[in-house]
Amino acid sequence: MDKIIVPRPNHLKRNIVILAVVALILGSAIFAGFNPVTVIRNFSKGRRLLGRMFLPPDWSYAPKVIPPLIETLRMAIVGTFWGALIALPVAVLAASNFLNNPWISKPVRLILNIFRTIPAMVLASLFVAVFGIGPFSGVIALSIFTFGLISKLTYESIESIDFGQVEALMSLGANKLNILRYAIMPQILPQFMSYTLYGFEVNVRSAAVLGYVGAGGIGQTFEHNLAWRNFDRVGVIIVISFLVVLVIDFVSSNIRKRLV
Amino acid sequence: MIEFTGVSKVYPNGTKALNNINLTIKEGEFVAIIGLSGAGKSTLLRLINQLIPATSGTVSFDGTEVTKAKGKELRNIRRQIGMIFQGFNIVKRASVLTNVLSGRVAYHPTWKTILGLFPEEDKQIAYRALQRVDILEKVHSRASDLSGGQQQRVAIARALAQEPRLMLADEPVASLDPITTIQVMDYLKKINKEDGITTIANLHHVDLALNYATRVVGVKEGHIVYDVKIKDIDKKTFLADLEKVYGRAIHHDEMLGDE
Ligand SMILES: Nc1ncnc2c1ncn2[C@@H]1O[C@H](COP(=O)(O)OP(=O)(O)OP(=O)(O)O)[C@@H](O)[C@H]1O
Ligand SMILES: [Mg+2]
Repeated sequence: MDKIIVPRPNHLKRNIVILAVVALILGSAIFAGFNPVTVIRNFSKGRRLLGRMFLPPDWSYAPKVIPPLIETLRMAIVGTFWGALIALPVAVLAASNFLNNPWISKPVRLILNIFRTIPAMVLASLFVAVFGIGPFSGVIALSIFTFGLISKLTYESIESIDFGQVEALMSLGANKLNILRYAIMPQILPQFMSYTLYGFEVNVRSAAVLGYVGAGGIGQTFEHNLAWRNFDRVGVIIVISFLVVLVIDFVSSNIRKRLV
Repeated sequence: MIEFTGVSKVYPNGTKALNNINLTIKEGEFVAIIGLSGAGKSTLLRLINQLIPATSGTVSFDGTEVTKAKGKELRNIRRQIGMIFQGFNIVKRASVLTNVLSGRVAYHPTWKTILGLFPEEDKQIAYRALQRVDILEKVHSRASDLSGGQQQRVAIARALAQEPRLMLADEPVASLDPITTIQVMDYLKKINKEDGITTIANLHHVDLALNYATRVVGVKEGHIVYDVKIKDIDKKTFLADLEKVYGRAIHHDEMLGDE
């Protein structure tokens, strides 16, 4: 049988991309002062620290971890709630296919984009400066962060709905609010709830570190113990927080799977 | 009842969909609109309830100029005109009852309909509409759980709940199998006959038009090129006449099936 000859694939493009990526990573590492030798030299120090944290953690401290942890969850819940609540109507305004008025949707989107570029930590430090130390500042920061996240996802959902259902409602004499209620909401509500749960997952994790800038929750307890070098207590905080986040992620993502 | 006077439609991208249409449709007629894909059938239908605005000319419904109506006035005209679509366009994630009740929204203050507060009377209208199309037993089902033919019947029930005077149907059976097609067309015919609701349907199959309509209007490239009452159709020349509409003769084997 004749041998089939196929031209060799041209890998030039791929190789250039690989090279560029490697160069980029190395370049950034050098720029950031990252040095593998430092990592190895400090390895034993790190091992000793880990030992003091987890061998064993100070379990007697566990009951003290619960109240700030609950505060963290409450911050996440309240922040998610307000963020999502405001996100829904704003998403409707931002969607280009509902009001059909670029003079409204474009500016609203611009504002949303600005909100979304600010990390929750930055917002939190800002609000701590304004409202003082405590969970209130954290909740405001989380609300705004959630608002930015959910409104963007939701208006994109609104723009990808089946428009035939909207047309049908128009054809029978419905006004905008009725169209919203009977044609748009049924289509996006499951997705909106899924985004809200996702926002909650993200917020639990954010809320856990927000305390670092004084915005309440478990992060504040963490920071306090680290400052006092109570490493065995820090270990307990990490273990318990880790477990809680894990359980919440698991439950929430399972509900989300069922929603959509 | 409906009067097109010198109506043209040019879409924003420059497509000339309709050109100087003059057409009068009388109360109680069942008009089938036939024509090739892209001829302008959907455009013609959508001008009647102003889902799209006309570029020039006027369309009037019962003496009111639809082409001029806006806001509340337009919605009051629309609620008298039912429309069913090829893709059914019912709200899949809502119950059958909610879908049919939504046909009543234009009759009540918005705050009530938003809260889902429909009077008992409206529910009776909805049940009766569902009964008309023999699907009352599905009243509490989720619309997405129904078959295509059942969904189209719910769409008809929603239109009936409007208590309309006119029914527009844009290829109502194009995504249904032949048996369901006959069922749905039978319901449309029954409603047209028993309730005297004027019906205009875009149809892809000539023999459906012959079997159900009282009048056939042929559209080609934005013009009306054929307009005959069924009772006046000359069987001998009919197939040849269709050449005007489709640009070529239709053969017997291109029909859905002979009766
Ligand atoms: N929204 C739109 N924007 C631009 N052009 C359009 C639009 N809708 C329809 N057209 C064009 O207008 C012409 C008539 O379209 P129309 O949908 O009325 O045809 P039709 O007879 O209903 O065809 P079909 O049998 O495929 O449904 C076509 O050339 C189509 O491409
Ligand atoms: Mg069409």
